Amino acid sequence: MKNPFDNLDKYLENRVRLQIMSVLISNDDYDYNSLKELLNVTDGNLASNLKTLEREKYISINKSFVDRKPNTKYKSTAKGRNAFQKHLEAMEALIKQQK
Amino acid sequence: MKNTAGYESDLAAIRSTIERSAKFMSLSGLSGILAGVFALAGAAYAYTLIYYPDSPYGFSLYMGADSALLTKLIMTASAVLVLSLITAFLLSQQKAKKLGVSIWNKPSQLLLINMSIPLATGGLFTIVMIAQGYYILFSSATLIFYGLALISASQFTYREVRYLGLSEIALGLLSSILPGFGLVFWAIGFGLLHIVYGGIMHYRYDR
Repeated sequence: MKNPFDNLDKYLENRVRLQIMSVLISNDDYDYNSLKELLNVTDGNLASNLKTLEREKYISINKSFVDRKPNTKYKSTAKGRNAFQKHLEAMEALIKQQK
Repeated sequence: MKNTAGYESDLAAIRSTIERSAKFMSLSGLSGILAGVFALAGAAYAYTLIYYPDSPYGFSLYMGADSALLTKLIMTASAVLVLSLITAFLLSQQKAKKLGVSIWNKPSQLLLINMSIPLATGGLFTIVMIAQGYYILFSSATLIFYGLALISASQFTYREVRYLGLSEIALGLLSSILPGFGLVFWAIGFGLLHIVYGGIMHYRYDR
């Protein structure tokens, strides 16, 4: 039998990254400030985890200005949604196996 | 690598994050109750305007023939609306502060946009209706469009809002087949139902 641990996504083992992906999968897009407020994390923590997800092309970024203030919006990519789905299935399989 | 409990807590975090990311939780039940009280007071005032000192019943088919009366009624309805909106805004702001979130976030924007579309449509339609002289369906049209607006907004807040919306639509349809009792239905829909659902929400979420 295949080991479900192999299907876990190493980038989504991090709780903050997992939460970011959850938000971007259930919403069309989400801006930086709303994300920060929702997850209740520091700027440094959020920014570095967003960077990792961006580097892996799990999310796309759209920077613009609203009333001269920077407004950064994030979206999940097809690759990101796929990875999230697989990670979720692997977690479920693990939990089922150990019960 | 984590143990099973770690993944179970991951799944719980996903669920709660998804829910909070798309729902406006700062809506206050108390503002619903107060909106209902304003509406009842407005309806009572409208009742004295229309019927005093004659008919003691809620039945009238020729309403709106008098344009001075019509202006007064529209002013009363507008006052109820403005008071309710101000109350809702202030109390939501207070609750948001208590919850430690801002009142202008993604869920509140989604809520407002989705509520505004059917509400603005209904508002414009009602204005046209009055201009054309169809006063008799005023109560029915405002209740139905308000109900649709609530249902559209309900995906982004507490589920009670959805049931309130359904009740308003049912009442609006009922009002359209009993056209003489517009004011009574209007008072039930905007007064009584707000007090009932506001009370339920206050009891469940605000204490």
